Amino acid sequence: MEGGQAATLAALSSALLVGLSRAMILFIVTSGLSFVLGVLRVPNVAHGSLYMIGAFVAYSICTFFGGGSIGFWLALIIAPLVVALVSLVAERSLFCHLYQREHLMLLLFTFALMLILGDLTKIVWGADYRSIMPPAVLQGSVSIFGSPFPKYNLFLLVIGPLVAIGLWLFSTKTKIGKIARAAAVDMEMVGAIGINVSWVFAFAFVLGCLLAGLGGALVAPTISVTIGMDHNIIIEAFLIVTIGGLGNMWGALVGSLIFGITQSFGVLLLPQFAIVFPYLAVVIVLTLKPTGMLKSVW
Amino acid sequence: MFSEMFRQKGFGISIGIFVILLFAPSFLSRFYIYFLAVIFVTALLAMSLNLCVGHGMLFQFHHGAFYGVGAYTAGLLLAKTAVPWWMAFMAGPLAAAFAGLLIGMFCIRLNRLYFGMLQISLGSLLWAIAFRWYSLTGGDDGIHGIPIPDFIASTTGSYYFVLIILAICLILLYLILKSPFGSTLQAIRDNPERCAAVGIHVRRHQLKAIVIATFFGGVAGVLFVVVEGSIFPDLLFWVLSLEVFIMCLLGGWFTFAGPILGAAIIVSLRIFVGSIHNIGPLENVGEYWTLILGIILILLIFFLPEGIMGYNYRKLFHSRSKYATESGTE
Repeated sequence: MEGGQAATLAALSSALLVGLSRAMILFIVTSGLSFVLGVLRVPNVAHGSLYMIGAFVAYSICTFFGGGSIGFWLALIIAPLVVALVSLVAERSLFCHLYQREHLMLLLFTFALMLILGDLTKIVWGADYRSIMPPAVLQGSVSIFGSPFPKYNLFLLVIGPLVAIGLWLFSTKTKIGKIARAAAVDMEMVGAIGINVSWVFAFAFVLGCLLAGLGGALVAPTISVTIGMDHNIIIEAFLIVTIGGLGNMWGALVGSLIFGITQSFGVLLLPQFAIVFPYLAVVIVLTLKPTGMLKSVW
Repeated sequence: MFSEMFRQKGFGISIGIFVILLFAPSFLSRFYIYFLAVIFVTALLAMSLNLCVGHGMLFQFHHGAFYGVGAYTAGLLLAKTAVPWWMAFMAGPLAAAFAGLLIGMFCIRLNRLYFGMLQISLGSLLWAIAFRWYSLTGGDDGIHGIPIPDFIASTTGSYYFVLIILAICLILLYLILKSPFGSTLQAIRDNPERCAAVGIHVRRHQLKAIVIATFFGGVAGVLFVVVEGSIFPDLLFWVLSLEVFIMCLLGGWFTFAGPILGAAIIVSLRIFVGSIHNIGPLENVGEYWTLILGIILILLIFFLPEGIMGYNYRKLFHSRSKYATESGTE
């Protein structure tokens, strides 16, 4: 009896931790999406592609440095920057000319961008499955309630809150963060007091994409990096943003936690249909609170 | 009602195209007949979606789910039971309409983007079931070699079947749009507040539109089974839904026939670019047809934002712009 309870406790706590670490990745990606959604009012469909590119760039950097620890830490810094550069080029060359257009056209543009980036990724990296090792410090696992838990996931549990705090400090304490928040509430007013709205948009877009790249780089050691990972993440990210409240960063956090934890407990309950549980959670949340858990900026 | 249809400018052209298509199998090779049939199926799907998107301003983001429900219902009944073929074919659209009613009842309370998101979520549930329930649906492999009744099993047979069903569905869709119900739906699109004020039950009308659209989406699903003889979970995946959405925007979403054109363009691109192997030094160009689709989309957005057939778009858009800004900032 004692043993059985301990095993259940171990399974539950391990599921909880796995869910939480998954939620951290989701949060980092989703907060970027939410940021873009809040300021630009555009669901950026290409967000998942940028996440995928982040993972592939991280892979390339890691293999360039021979798979060692230095490669991984460098990848964690360089991959988001590369993604940010890609998004900056796309934004300044094409996207910025469309802001006056109807919103569905912007959605259409990001969809086109997703198609293009997806195929460019395939041209550059090919369709093979790739994987990278976490740095030596984060390899192996620690024992929590008697069940092994990967150290890398613990690292994710640390990084997630750090990103959340960083974003919060950035948006409440810095001038550009305050401008971005103001732009999310009332774009016209921001323009009226003499701020270059187009650059605010560009900045928000690039910052959002940078977070997508960071998420991609962070997720690379935990999954196999391949074509098609963009399709899976983007739909999850959209649903998380929706249940959290459009454009609300804390909403992204709440939504990610719901999504990650229902998924990992779903694996415990019904492994074959684990994929169903997060979607069910979304349905329940939206049925009870049609505009998401927290206040949306729209 | 019919007399009005006969007087339409496009009516003569449509009849002409229909007659040409009737004789197409006599001068086209088998591949092109199959290709046309695929276009017809996709066109019907896009047309049904446009009832919601273009004429109802409902962001039906996951229309593919109902296409898949229609295809899976008909396909599973044909492959796993002894139900006569015509019953299986009827069951597909009815199941799709039922799914549309259920999902619509959940979604209809929400506005615009939230509506679309909840729909993606619910549709993804259906996708996950089709994807994971190996014993029933064959999981990610799907089911291949579904027994199709003999008279439509050949390429030409399925072509005629699809063509005739498409023609009937288009006439029905046209009549629905010209009926008082269709006019009300478009009035709701243009000004929901005023419609509610004059006593129209806005939500109920929109729900009816969703059920009708999903019914025709289910018909398209059944036609898919007839043409391809197989079903697989990608039919219910959201990427397909978004592609169909793009077809509506591309062809001109405030026009009646626009989605057909959009479907034809995207399907042609996929099949023709997909079949190119080498252009000069470039190898395997066909693998990258989505890249080419993306570039064409961007060109369209910049140079032809009204969609190819959307000549009246600007006029409509201006009459709508007040409403768009009002509800865009909710």
